[in-house]
Amino acid sequence: MTTTPSAARTAGAAMPDGSPRTHYLNATYGLKSWLLTRDHKRIALLYLVSISVFFALGGLMAVLIRMELATPEGDLFQPDIYNRLFTMHGVLMIFFFLIPGIPAVLGNFLIPLMIGARDLAFPRINLLSWYLYSIGGLFTLWALLHGGVDTGWTFYTPLSTNYVNTSVITVGVGIFIAGFSSILTGLNFVVTIHRMRAPGLTWFRLPLFVWGAYATSLIQILGTPVIAIAILLVAAERTLHIGIFDPKLGGDPILFQHLFWFYSHPAVYIMILPSMGVVSELVATFSRKPIFGYKFVAFASIGIAVLGFFVWGHHMFVSGQSIYAGVIFSVLSMLVAVPSAIKVFNWTATLYKGSISWDTPMLYALGFIGLFTIGGLTGVMLATLGIDAHVHDTYFIIAHFHYIMVGGAIMGYLGGLHFWWPKITGRMYPLFWSKLSAIVIFIGFNVTFFPQFILGYLGMPRRYHSYPPEFQVLNVMSSAGATVLGLGYLMPLVYFIWSIRYGPKAPSNPWGATGLEWQTTSPPPVENFLTQPIVTAPPYTYPAPKRAPEVTRGV
Amino acid sequence: MIPSSPVLPDQASDVARSVDHLMLYALSGLVFFSALIAILVLVFMVKYRRKSDDEVGIDIYETNRKSHVLELVWSVIPLGLLLILFAWGTKVFFEQNRPPAGAAQYWVTGRQWMWKIQHPDGRREIDELHVPVGKAVQLRMISEDVIHDFYVPAFRIHVDVLPSRYTTYWFKANRTGSFHLFCGQYCGTEHSKMVGHVIVMEPRAYEAWLAGEKTSPSSSAVASGDELFVAKSCNTCHRPDSSARAPILNGVFGTQASLNDDTKVLVNEDYIRESILNPAAKVVAGYQPVMPTFKGQISEEELIQLVNYIKSLKAAPAATAEAGK
Amino acid sequence: MASEGHGHDLPGLAHHFDSYAQQRDSATLGMWTFLVTEILFFGGLFAAYGVYRSLYPEVFRASSHTLSIQLGTFNTVVLIASSLTMALAVRGGQTGKGKLAAALLVLTLILGSVFLVVKGFEYHEKFVEHHVPGASFHFEGPDAPHAQLFFSLYFLMTGLHALHMIIGIVLVGYVAIRAASGAYTPENYNFLEGTGLYWHFVDLIWIFLFPLLYLIGRH
Repeated sequence: MTTTPSAARTAGAAMPDGSPRTHYLNATYGLKSWLLTRDHKRIALLYLVSISVFFALGGLMAVLIRMELATPEGDLFQPDIYNRLFTMHGVLMIFFFLIPGIPAVLGNFLIPLMIGARDLAFPRINLLSWYLYSIGGLFTLWALLHGGVDTGWTFYTPLSTNYVNTSVITVGVGIFIAGFSSILTGLNFVVTIHRMRAPGLTWFRLPLFVWGAYATSLIQILGTPVIAIAILLVAAERTLHIGIFDPKLGGDPILFQHLFWFYSHPAVYIMILPSMGVVSELVATFSRKPIFGYKFVAFASIGIAVLGFFVWGHHMFVSGQSIYAGVIFSVLSMLVAVPSAIKVFNWTATLYKGSISWDTPMLYALGFIGLFTIGGLTGVMLATLGIDAHVHDTYFIIAHFHYIMVGGAIMGYLGGLHFWWPKITGRMYPLFWSKLSAIVIFIGFNVTFFPQFILGYLGMPRRYHSYPPEFQVLNVMSSAGATVLGLGYLMPLVYFIWSIRYGPKAPSNPWGATGLEWQTTSPPPVENFLTQPIVTAPPYTYPAPKRAPEVTRGV
Repeated sequence: MIPSSPVLPDQASDVARSVDHLMLYALSGLVFFSALIAILVLVFMVKYRRKSDDEVGIDIYETNRKSHVLELVWSVIPLGLLLILFAWGTKVFFEQNRPPAGAAQYWVTGRQWMWKIQHPDGRREIDELHVPVGKAVQLRMISEDVIHDFYVPAFRIHVDVLPSRYTTYWFKANRTGSFHLFCGQYCGTEHSKMVGHVIVMEPRAYEAWLAGEKTSPSSSAVASGDELFVAKSCNTCHRPDSSARAPILNGVFGTQASLNDDTKVLVNEDYIRESILNPAAKVVAGYQPVMPTFKGQISEEELIQLVNYIKSLKAAPAATAEAGK
Repeated sequence: MASEGHGHDLPGLAHHFDSYAQQRDSATLGMWTFLVTEILFFGGLFAAYGVYRSLYPEVFRASSHTLSIQLGTFNTVVLIASSLTMALAVRGGQTGKGKLAAALLVLTLILGSVFLVVKGFEYHEKFVEHHVPGASFHFEGPDAPHAQLFFSLYFLMTGLHALHMIIGIVLVGYVAIRAASGAYTPENYNFLEGTGLYWHFVDLIWIFLFPLLYLIGRH
């Protein structure tokens, strides 16, 4: 392929539909060309496949959990099996699906494209990240086959260090290794965003997804090492009985909770911030206008990332820490709600006088806004000391964080996947089925998790294998909703796979979006752009640059 | 007892009512803002639905100076509401966590997977706590193994039960009945079986219950602590004569003790417990760290008896034998 | 690949960078970011140390006094010296004096090894004195359990530091060989510089560990 002298904006447009063309997917063939690739786009696809495996496994466990909870007696599994199920569900979903999810899949694919770079700053480290993630995942799967672990994903000491006989260390090593993958991904993104932006692409011309990814990367860099050391200490405690967390040896089990939540609270923002970035892209694109209050939305991401490091103690209001510490953490947690509220209001205001299309990604984005609003406001309730003291560790908190992580993060992830799928694969998926999936997931999700708010306020504790019979009605509702939700998740799996082979070819810019990633072909060439793109305008300046005629809009 | 309302648990204390009021405030905020966002989103979606393929939206932000005012408004109003919520929540939290003076002292020992409870008069029960209605009850709690959590939804308060030190739970039931007691912190295999009931009774019924049925000869915590004090030979050193190598314990509870390194420590339940298990950790000024550790030789329940006994020792030495009877 | 698209053919410049300056800036920023991560990594242990030292100051002081201040001081001097040789080696690489850089790197490597050998002697001493946490732990003074906490943290912190030293020595050996073969040019000595930053960081950690572990309560 030779350099075209024409302007960047026309790069690739000359390719008539259907003519043979080289792009990153067909440039080279064979397993080796994938497993040794340094192309950020291929690495993104490696991640896509691997996190989908973990999502499916974690989802399967969720199904089993909901089956058990359909009756109060705890008659389906033995309690130790049930405990392993919810622990592994949490470990797989959090450490191997949600945390790598959007950053590693969409971030990897999009950041260089969005900033007009040929690759991430450190392509080899990027590949190393994927291998670290995979090795960590294999460790965890290996532990799963050897009985799993039953400490809860929070690994509270001294239960995890002195009282259980399951594969704590193996899973800990898995998380530890995957943690380094996360650190290196964050590092790569930060350097790339700082140093690799195309000419003219100033910070305030960056798409908001990049801002979200940048904020996320900061958390990955600063938070992950702390949980790494906490896990290392748990492993040391288990093998050597050194006593750091063991009250019998003079240690303090609460110290573990501090170290754990110092990471694991910001980790929630690793899951949600990139989703917020996706939603900003979607809302702007499908309203065909700039995001209302771009700078507020951008700084809100950074604000959330920074404040997120000072609120970990709100997980410990009833842990026996000083009630005055609780007061401080409570007020700081309230402050995090402000940038989150700013985002929601700005998204809503963006719709005003927009030109709104009801395409599939937009449906997911709007679903996100609704569910995140409820998740965020219930989070505010949990930051309120007097309420948390009652609903702490009940189903209320389960419902709350599923609204954030599933209703928020996964809706955003799926919205993003639907939005960029034509760019990633060069194919369109069926519009009817994809819209249906958004609606089914939205309904299934609410039926599953809304009853859990009520259950929690009624006092049903989390991690209960059996429960008093008066809670059954709501649990049955929740289990029924989970069935719908599970079906909803299967639909994209089926039609995405179908589309790779049978989907109609996608044009370069099927949605009429701005953003550099839409200025190159679908799928993009190996080097992303045929000529160096130059940015001359703020993001979301509509109408989008004129392009080859848009032909295909679905099936 | 099955809760009367499908969405509200039993409300069995004044604090529970405070929590529900607080929740109502938070809930009204949630409903208002969720509805606001949902309605706006739906209205905009329909009203501004794309009419033609090359239509674009109208950017009102840059052209309108009021945009920044709007940003400020929707930052400051939520912040104000949040701070109200914070202040109110903190007030309720203090109610939940600060027992009134003169609350009756009960002791709770958690272990995998049962609750062991001791009444002020020494009576013990397992997984059930009988209390009189209308009386403030304070629980001093400790765990023998992992972290547990004492949770009675009807009182709207959780408190973790730690293996390292005593934590406090208090409530004043305002109605009789039987209420769920849950372990609220995941504690291992049979976590969901670490449940029981708090049974709130009329004072007279409580007295009758205390006096009646399957009585193990009950001796008060102080009295059995007194026996232990002798049985564990504490009294060979902690005694009021000139040759004693250990501090006299009469009247020390609640005072500030000076340590060898010039710091001070409050003599409370935790300090006494630590000094029995790990005597050298904080040695009172003027004494040598010669006391042997009792770690592994004494159970948490025995520690509770000893703590109670030492707590009962008044400055006047004569009070010892009679205390608590 | 380099001829494709808007790539280039410059030696030592990766295909996705536009200029040596961009490549160098990226490498430097990447290394600094990595070091921030490392600080947080050690930070967890420093936090644990801070908590327990403030809870049990006396026994931490007593335990600290069993460490050999002579060996600790000697090792501190050795590490500072190695930082100097490292800095000079990076300068050598930057100015294209590959052989000089290689020699200085070997010197750095030797100094680093001396540190580890001395550390080994210290560990052996602890082992003989039964100050290694575990079943055979024994501490003469009062409050042995909390003394064990001190030694647990001592071994964790110095052990993690030693692990970083070992990784550093391997890296230094690798860049020494590369430097000798003239791999580093004024345009691209990024890997050498990154190794240098890492080495200084590991030294710096020791500069914090030494007073915290060896010098507390000595006047």
